Amino acid sequence: MAIAQGILGIALDTAAQNDAAKILRVSLLVGQLTEIEPASLRFCFEALAAGTPADGAQLEVTVIPLTARCRDCGLDFAIENYRFFCPECNSAGIEILSGRELKVEHLEVE
Amino acid sequence: MEIKVMANILDKNDQIANTVHDRLTRQGIFVLNLMGSPGSGKTSLLEQTISALKDEIRIAVIEGDLFTSKDAARIEGHGVPVIQINTGGGCHLDADMVQSVIERLELSKLDLIVIENVGNLVCPAEFNIGEDVKVTVLSIAEGEDKPLKYPLIFKQASAVVLNKTDLLPYTSFNMEAAVEDITGLNPQVTLLPVSCRTGEGLTAWYDWLRKQVAAKKQ
Repeated sequence: MAIAQGILGIALDTAAQNDAAKILRVSLLVGQLTEIEPASLRFCFEALAAGTPADGAQLEVTVIPLTARCRDCGLDFAIENYRFFCPECNSAGIEILSGRELKVEHLEVE
Repeated sequence: MEIKVMANILDKNDQIANTVHDRLTRQGIFVLNLMGSPGSGKTSLLEQTISALKDEIRIAVIEGDLFTSKDAARIEGHGVPVIQINTGGGCHLDADMVQSVIERLELSKLDLIVIENVGNLVCPAEFNIGEDVKVTVLSIAEGEDKPLKYPLIFKQASAVVLNKTDLLPYTSFNMEAAVEDITGLNPQVTLLPVSCRTGEGLTAWYDWLRKQVAAKKQ
């Protein structure tokens, strides 16, 4: 619910700054390693957006896969089964490249 | 018309969390965000910790709860300052809630603030609340499958306390699998098997906590 509120706040502020009367679509980038359930997020967003310029806006979710880079051997790889080790050299010294995003990417307004 | 935004949804919360963290860091106070399922033993761990350490570490507690003050009443019985935050049904604490209560504590007289989050393995993991570290409590009765079902809360934790080890003989909990999954998710984690009921393993937890508090003082 707090995340839906955050999304709505960003969408309404951005629409107002661009003199848009209505928000048609909100596109989100959601990392694989976040605790977001798109169906419940949509439900909360719809409830909060009622009566605002975002009333009826479509929430589009793009899931970003979990990837990492090994600091020891430099390998870029996808993390599978939540094993945060390098598949090549088995190092635990890895850096997450993607998968923690929680962003409003763009809006479609009129 | 399409507008490019690229705004972090949690930015506002993170900014407030940074302000809270800076404020408490200036006082040299170590702040711990204690998370875990309802019934995992967060409050029991806190009660044991206060009893054991209150003469050497000046502790205060912020209790997050949906509606009740039952946990705060338990902590109050141990003679340390406690503040209740009721989220009114909200499933986690956010930084704003913590910011609105910290000035009610006598900060110059504290070394450690433990913030007990709302019992939940999902949402608390996403919201920074001004802490130095997150600690997740998982109890044996919950089953060893939880880390991979709720990975973020185990990934974000500096320490994971595996509570209720006294129940191990009566359950099918697979300790080896639990340890493998938690350290796979979080290779740097400190894993602490304890029983708040028998006291087993608690010394290692106290030592870990003492070290963190001392490091923050320097």
